[in-house]
Amino acid sequence: MATPATSYPKGFRGWLYKRLPVQEFVDDQLTGYYAPKNFNFWYYFGVLSLVVLVIQLLTGIFLTMFYKVGDATSFDSVEFIMREVSWGWLIRYMHSTGASFFFIVVYLHMFRAMLYGSYKAPRELLWLIGMAVYLALMAEAFMGYVLPWGNMSFWGAQVIVNLFGTIPGIGPGLVEWIRGDYGIADSTLNRFFSLHVVAIPLALILLVVLHLVALRRVGSNNPDGIEIKEKLGANGKPLDGIPFHPYYTVKDLVGVGLMLILFAIVVFFVPAFGGLFLETPNFEPNNPLSTPEHIAPTWYFTPYYAILRAVPDQRLGALLMFSSVLIWFFLPWLDRSPVKSMRYKGWMSRTALTVFVISFIALMYLGLLPAEGTYVILARIFTPLYFLFFLLMPIYTKAESVKAVPERLTYDAHA
Amino acid sequence: MTAENGVITTTDDEVDNSRRKFLTTATVATGAVGAAFALVPFIASWKPSERARALGAPVEVDLSKLDMGQMMTVIWRKQQIYIVHRTPEMLASLSSHDGRLKDPTSSESEQPDYAKNAQRALKPEYLVLIGICTHLGCLPKPRFAPGTPPELGADWPGGFFCPCHGSRFDLAGRVFDGSPASLNLRIPPYSFEGDTKLTLGVDTEKKGAA
Repeated sequence: MATPATSYPKGFRGWLYKRLPVQEFVDDQLTGYYAPKNFNFWYYFGVLSLVVLVIQLLTGIFLTMFYKVGDATSFDSVEFIMREVSWGWLIRYMHSTGASFFFIVVYLHMFRAMLYGSYKAPRELLWLIGMAVYLALMAEAFMGYVLPWGNMSFWGAQVIVNLFGTIPGIGPGLVEWIRGDYGIADSTLNRFFSLHVVAIPLALILLVVLHLVALRRVGSNNPDGIEIKEKLGANGKPLDGIPFHPYYTVKDLVGVGLMLILFAIVVFFVPAFGGLFLETPNFEPNNPLSTPEHIAPTWYFTPYYAILRAVPDQRLGALLMFSSVLIWFFLPWLDRSPVKSMRYKGWMSRTALTVFVISFIALMYLGLLPAEGTYVILARIFTPLYFLFFLLMPIYTKAESVKAVPERLTYDAHA
Repeated sequence: MTAENGVITTTDDEVDNSRRKFLTTATVATGAVGAAFALVPFIASWKPSERARALGAPVEVDLSKLDMGQMMTVIWRKQQIYIVHRTPEMLASLSSHDGRLKDPTSSESEQPDYAKNAQRALKPEYLVLIGICTHLGCLPKPRFAPGTPPELGADWPGGFFCPCHGSRFDLAGRVFDGSPASLNLRIPPYSFEGDTKLTLGVDTEKKGAA
C-alpha cells in the first residue's frame, strides 16, 4: 500500500505532492508495479480497449452537441452531422467505427484470457468484472444503434425489446415498461438516449476502474500461467517481473499506434465496412409500416442471434440466447485443470478451444445471413458445440494429462 | 456507567450488545424500506405516459369501403392492425389444413374470448389481426392467392408470410408447422357497431349477464 513519502521535491511539485498522492501513485502503480516479463502480442488488447473507450467518450460528447433526440428530429440531426457540421462526418465515423473496434479488441482480450487461463484463481473476480464490462458494452452498443433512428434502428429495437416478452408471466408488461408505449416510440428513443450517454458510460467507467483495481491486486497472468509473485528477488519484487513503466507503457504505445492506423483506414476508406459496421437499411428513415427485408444485428451480436434463430421454439430460443451470454460468467469454475495456460494443458483442452473459436466465428457469420435452409442446419450444429465447450469443460480439463509447469517463466529476450 | 467529576465512563461489560445490534438492524431495515419506496417513482416513470395512453385510445374504422378479398392496415397503439374482408372461399379454406398448424384451435395463442373460434373472428367475414409477427415482431406480408408465390408451396392455402425469418400464417393468422414463430398472430380487442363500423380497443361486451 501507499506509504506517504518522507521527502518532497522543491517548488510547485512539492506543494502538489504533499496534497495529492501523485508520487505514491506512480511508485505503486507504474514504476513499482511489476508485470511478468513475457507478455506477448495478446497482451495488447487490454490497453487497446481502454484507448477505444476514450475515443468513444470523446467523440460521443461531441456528437451529443449536435444530435437532437426525438422521433421527428433524430434521423435528420444525424444527417445534419454528416453533411453540415464541420468535420461532423469524421466524428460520427470515428464513433461508429469505435463501436466495432471496441468489440474486436474485447473479443481478442477475452480470447487471450481463455488461452492462458487468466480467469482461473486468483483472478475469478477480475473475470467477473470483465464480463460485467462486456454486458454493459452490449447494452451501450445496442442503445447507441437505435439513436440514428433509421429503419434498422427501429426494427432492431422492436426485435430486441420483444425478446424480453418471452419471459413467462411478466414478459408483455415488461416490454411495455421498457418501451414506455404500446410500440417502439419517441419515449423508447428518449430513454435509450439517456442511458446511452449518461447511465451506461458512468457504469462502464466505474467497472473499468474496478477491473484495473482488481488487476493490480492479483497481478497480471502471463502466457505461462505461472504466478510470478511466488518467486521474489532480494528487493521484494518478482524475479520474473519488470516495471510496468517504462517497459510496458512503451510496448503498449506501439500497439496503440498500430491500432490507430487500422482505425484510420476504416474511418477514411470503408466506414460502413460493407454493411457490417453501418447497416444499409439504416440509411433510410424509420418506417413503422415497413420491415427491412432482412433483419440482422451488427456483427458483434450475431453469434447470439444465430443461436436464437437456430431454435424452432421462440421461448426456448430466447432462453438459449441469454444462456449463451451468461455462461461465460461460470468459466472460472468450469475449468478444473491444475494448470492455467494452454501451453501446458492437454490435447482435449486445445481441441475444445479450437472447436469453440470455430463455432463462435461460424455462428457470427450465420447470424448475418437469412435464417433459411442450410444456414439454419449449420446453426443447429454449431450451437450445441458452443455450449458443449463450456458444459464439458469440468470433464475434459480433469481427464486430460497436462505437461509439467516450469518453476520460472520461459522467456527468450531475442528469439 | 460511572460519573466522576462530570466525566461519564463506560466499561465494556456494561455495553448491551444485543440492544445495539437490534437498533442497528432496525435502522438499516427502515432505511432500506425507505430507499425501496423512493425507487417507485423512478421505475413508474417508465410506464406509458398519460399522453401515450390517451393516444392509445380506441380507434374507429369504417369498413364499408373494404371490398371482399381486400386488406387494410390501420395503426392502433403503435401497432399495425390488419383487417381482411374474407371471401366465402377464404373462409371455406380454413378447415382444410388443421393438421399442418401448430395451434389449430388457438388454445395457446392470444385473442379475446369472442375471437377464439374456428374463424378467429367476431364476424367470420372480417379478420382483425395485430400484424406483428409473434416470432420477433416483423410485419408479415399478405400472400392471399392459393399456391402463389411458388416458393410457399403448391399446397399454400393463402395467408401471410413474414419475410424476416420465414414464418407462415393462414387466413385466420394461425401459424404453420415449420415456422420459427410458435404462436398464432394476436387479435386485438374490438367490437362492431352496426355492420361495418369497427372499434379497435373496446371489447365486445359478453353476451348475457355474468
